[in-house]
Amino acid sequence: MKIELRNISKTFGSFRALNDVSLSVESGELLALLGPSGSGKTTLLRIIAGLEDADLGSGPILFDGVSVSDRRVRERKVGFVFQHYALFRHMTVAKNIAFGLEVRPRCERPSRVEIRRRVRELLELVQLEGLANRYPCQLSGGQRQRVALARALALKPTVLLLDEPFGALDAKVRKELRNWLRRLHNEIHVTSVFVTHDQDEALELADRVVVTNLGKIEQIGTPDEVFHYPESEFVMNFVGDVNRFHGRLEDGKLCFADLWLEAPEDRDGTSGPARVFVRPHDLDVDIRPNGTPSLRALVADMHSAGPVVRLVLRSEGGHTLFAEISQARYRKLGLRAGSAVCVTPHNVRVFPDSS
Amino acid sequence: MFRALTARGALATAPSRVVTRERAPVRWLLTGAALAFLGVFLLVPLVAVFAEAFRKGVGAYLASFTDPLALSAIKLTLLVAAIAVPANLTFGLVAAWLVGKYEFKGKSALITLIDLPLAVSPVISGLIFVLLFGLHGALGGWLAQYNIQIIFAAPGIVLATMFVTFPYVAREVIPLMQEQGCEEEEAAISLGAGGWQTFRRVTLPNVKWALLYGVILCNARAMGEFGAVSVVSGHIRGKTNTIPLHVELLYNEYNFVAAFAVASLLVTLALVTLALKTVVEWKSRTAQTEFLPDLHNRETPDEDRTAEHLQDVWQLQGAQ
Repeated sequence: MKIELRNISKTFGSFRALNDVSLSVESGELLALLGPSGSGKTTLLRIIAGLEDADLGSGPILFDGVSVSDRRVRERKVGFVFQHYALFRHMTVAKNIAFGLEVRPRCERPSRVEIRRRVRELLELVQLEGLANRYPCQLSGGQRQRVALARALALKPTVLLLDEPFGALDAKVRKELRNWLRRLHNEIHVTSVFVTHDQDEALELADRVVVTNLGKIEQIGTPDEVFHYPESEFVMNFVGDVNRFHGRLEDGKLCFADLWLEAPEDRDGTSGPARVFVRPHDLDVDIRPNGTPSLRALVADMHSAGPVVRLVLRSEGGHTLFAEISQARYRKLGLRAGSAVCVTPHNVRVFPDSS
Repeated sequence: MFRALTARGALATAPSRVVTRERAPVRWLLTGAALAFLGVFLLVPLVAVFAEAFRKGVGAYLASFTDPLALSAIKLTLLVAAIAVPANLTFGLVAAWLVGKYEFKGKSALITLIDLPLAVSPVISGLIFVLLFGLHGALGGWLAQYNIQIIFAAPGIVLATMFVTFPYVAREVIPLMQEQGCEEEEAAISLGAGGWQTFRRVTLPNVKWALLYGVILCNARAMGEFGAVSVVSGHIRGKTNTIPLHVELLYNEYNFVAAFAVASLLVTLALVTLALKTVVEWKSRTAQTEFLPDLHNRETPDEDRTAEHLQDVWQLQGAQ
């Protein structure tokens, strides 16, 4: 099921939650809506589901080319997994999962035996076979999450929408469920959209990522594109850690933090003040200058417990820089607090101030 | 295990360490004062009611109920409760639904308004209806034209009772609905349930204990209301006397045995209400069972096993 949204706006009182947003979700895709809270991502998800209506004057919402704007939630056949799961607290796990089947009109309702069989299959799928007769309050967070997913899948939805699916879980469970959901999606290929404010989650899980900010879409792209080629300062800042400098573009040269570099190709025609961004892992750290333009700095602090070593550096010009180097390189350089180093930036992203 | 035992032992040997605990004489004095107060103001009157009622034996006690005037009072009280309680159940539920699930202008004003009957003296509540529907009231002339009598008749008693007992159901249900929000309803709708199905299968079961609790309190007040009813009833014997009014009447006529016998009905109602209330409170507490740790079911699923069951999913998702 392909989903298309055209020129969607939504205001709550005087607050503009969505501002003329257009988006298309390919059939079978797993798409992430990534943004800070208040960026409109949950509103967008709820509009796709039909839980919220877009403002008058918004364009249509198309499912496989057919407008569903006038269809109510129940007619859209979407599976929605709520942020806090919204399990029916007075029903057992099995009853929760069967709910969507049991409320169907009599003529469409499967037989009782059929419902029971379906519930059993779904419980096996989410691996909660032993818990059919438990109540939601007797389950852990991860288990509740899986019941919510099973309940949404029971109706064979053509679209699966998940609102912060792992938001309320602790870090380890979160990671495991994330992998499991990716596997599940690889096999069933139901068009899925999930909302998250966690960049790792979006980059790891999604086929494509939509970065939202202040009711607008900042960038749509694969996780690679969004991470390595951010189109705006906001995306650069929001997706991944970053060092930020004020600099100048002049005649094809870029100057920042007492350093002159060749301007990146896409910016060599412009001149004027600019903001300069470098990811921590794009800062090369060495003991001696290696011939390329580099900054002199002292190691102020370091954190070596982890897959990479994080360094806090203080440049001669008084700038604070964050760098990440591999454990092997860290040992080879033999760094300690106070060591003098040369820092060479790569993959510098520049956004002129006027933009 | 050993450490746990020693820790408990240490507590047992040093009770005075608990900073919030008073010395023994102070504790005894405070507890005794509370119990004496309860005894004098609650238990003694309670016993006195039954003692007075049975003073002239069981025969006289039972005879008090076979009196046609008593029977008519009982009937009227039951009738009033049978109308007022279901009406307030409906209105209370609707009001709670409105306040708990929707945002609108004037919501806080509505909540305050719901509490109004609790803030106003019942006598004033009765008087409002007299001023509205009485012969010299705002609508009195118009009603008289059509020969409709509200004041000094059963309709007035029902109205006054409904007014006084209005907040009980709404006040019990509103906080619960506000706390629960709309997420479950939204989930039900996204799963294909219609409005009525959502209400019957999700909203109502979630508030059923609070609702029942409200109804019990509402019923107790409806049957026991004196002030407002006294103003609108006109005390017409055998016609507009409810149980509380009948008790007053008997008492004023120095017919103590009959007065206390009929009063014992209301006291019994109160005791039954308390018992029901306790049961409902206990039920609603156990409905929220604590989390049971489970060693057999993992927090996260096993990826290899998921692959095994994907065959089933294919069937499940066959439509795609």
